[in-house]
Amino acid sequence: MIKERKTWGARVLIGVVMIYMGILIIAPLVGLVTGVFERGLQPVFLTLTLPLLHQSLSLSLQIALVVVVVQTIFGTLIAWVLVRQDFRFKTVLNGFIDIPFAISGVVVGYMLLLLFGRQGLLFPLVDWLNFRVAFAVPGMFLATLFVCLPFMVREMIPVFENLDRQQEKAAATLGANTWLRFWRVIFPQMKTALIYGITLTFARAMGEFGSVLVIGGGIRGRTETATVFIFRSLDERRFVDAYVAALILGFLSVLIVLVADGIKKAREKKES
Amino acid sequence: MEIPIPFFRLRNTISEWILRGPSILYLGLMIGLPLIVIFLDGFREGVSGLLYQITLPIARHAIILTLWTSASMMLINAVMGLMAAYVLERYTFPGKRLMNAIVDLPLAIPTLVTGVMLVILYGPQRTLGQFLSRQVGLQIVFAPSGIILALLFITFPLVVRAIQPVLQDLDITQERAAATLGAGQWQIFWKIVFPALLPPLLSGSLLGFSRAIGEFGAVVIVAGNIPLRSQTAAVYVFGAVESENRLGASAVSIVLVGISFAMLMIANALHKSWGAHR
Repeated sequence: MIKERKTWGARVLIGVVMIYMGILIIAPLVGLVTGVFERGLQPVFLTLTLPLLHQSLSLSLQIALVVVVVQTIFGTLIAWVLVRQDFRFKTVLNGFIDIPFAISGVVVGYMLLLLFGRQGLLFPLVDWLNFRVAFAVPGMFLATLFVCLPFMVREMIPVFENLDRQQEKAAATLGANTWLRFWRVIFPQMKTALIYGITLTFARAMGEFGSVLVIGGGIRGRTETATVFIFRSLDERRFVDAYVAALILGFLSVLIVLVADGIKKAREKKES
Repeated sequence: MEIPIPFFRLRNTISEWILRGPSILYLGLMIGLPLIVIFLDGFREGVSGLLYQITLPIARHAIILTLWTSASMMLINAVMGLMAAYVLERYTFPGKRLMNAIVDLPLAIPTLVTGVMLVILYGPQRTLGQFLSRQVGLQIVFAPSGIILALLFITFPLVVRAIQPVLQDLDITQERAAATLGAGQWQIFWKIVFPALLPPLLSGSLLGFSRAIGEFGAVVIVAGNIPLRSQTAAVYVFGAVESENRLGASAVSIVLVGISFAMLMIANALHKSWGAHR
């Protein structure tokens, strides 16, 4: 291996990659922090006390939390069915899961608008139920659910594939019923992936923008998530507000993923 | 004595369907139904109606701009991602662990925030942005180069993280044998390492491309919404929805969905065929 005796070629290669990552990733991060504090602390504090900022952050948080709960249940269920069951059209179902990765958020929001908007296919139904989906929080919840769908499933599938079936059989022989087998044998092996899937889903849900803007319509104080708040602040040239909210959101997402990575690494160490 | 067997089977299928039914229903309602609706809407006036919508000058410009900026991003990302993965996997140097951690940041940061960061850095009223546009003649914000930069940021981890595990598992004895036989480092890389890395490189790049095609948050901030100049397809759809140009929105949406979906399928197929070869 070329490890210790570094040739000039290797040095140049390392240098190029460092400079590239520095310009591409680190410079914008530094830019954001300096952008927030460039006019001192006063405007930052002013932004932090804005009720609209609090409302938008709390709406993002609420949507993300509900999405995480629903996705944990259905994501695990779908992954289980895809790994353990054999049926026709299984590959089609499997292909369905990655679709949200490939669809633009704007298109997701627009599809929901076509379904639930005033001329939408399902509008009569939800109207009859006296329920609003388009330009309301339920639609934004559905959009975020769509966008976050793959994370949990893709995280759980390898776990279920690698399960040791001998253990389940042994537990069954010893008289454990399905529920007991699930909680005592399978669930403990799911934990790490579960935590990781939840954090990824949560981070993605907090940062979702395009779909939420289209289906929610960005009504101030009502369907304004943190990302929509940033977008509108920029539009209205309230730059410090936008930068502060962007810093909060960015910091939160990075923190969430770092914590998840830490948990994953700690578990891997414990297992080995 | 035929009864017990079907009875048992029936029970088995019922318990299977208790899990399978909700899964299929959930995926069908969440993903299948919206997709069907958008295709129905886009083809409302037939294929010619759809073609008419996407060949309108503004729509066509938006689609072409999206394609060429995404393709440029894909090329740069492939080269730089390959280099980054190689450096992170094969060399030890100070700051390596930090760099390895930084690779994942773009996946965590909301793309809208990415757009904000780039505007702060390269905006027309910013020191760096002014310097670049006056001294170098390079405009980034509200221009295609800004779109490419934003897409590069967002997709950087995809190629690196696709290549790293393959590079890690690569049998080093082949490289050693080649070195013993007198092959130079370049020769070893191109003849032995690169062919093994090609499948993950391609699948990572295509995944990035399919992500880039539909990117909205970062692009709308960095490139703005200037028709015939910096308006991408996703931003066009947003504008069409806002101005209630329903057929236009549906038509361009279908183009977007079609392209990214094709890319995703090719990427998956590559991934699978490579997995089978191993």
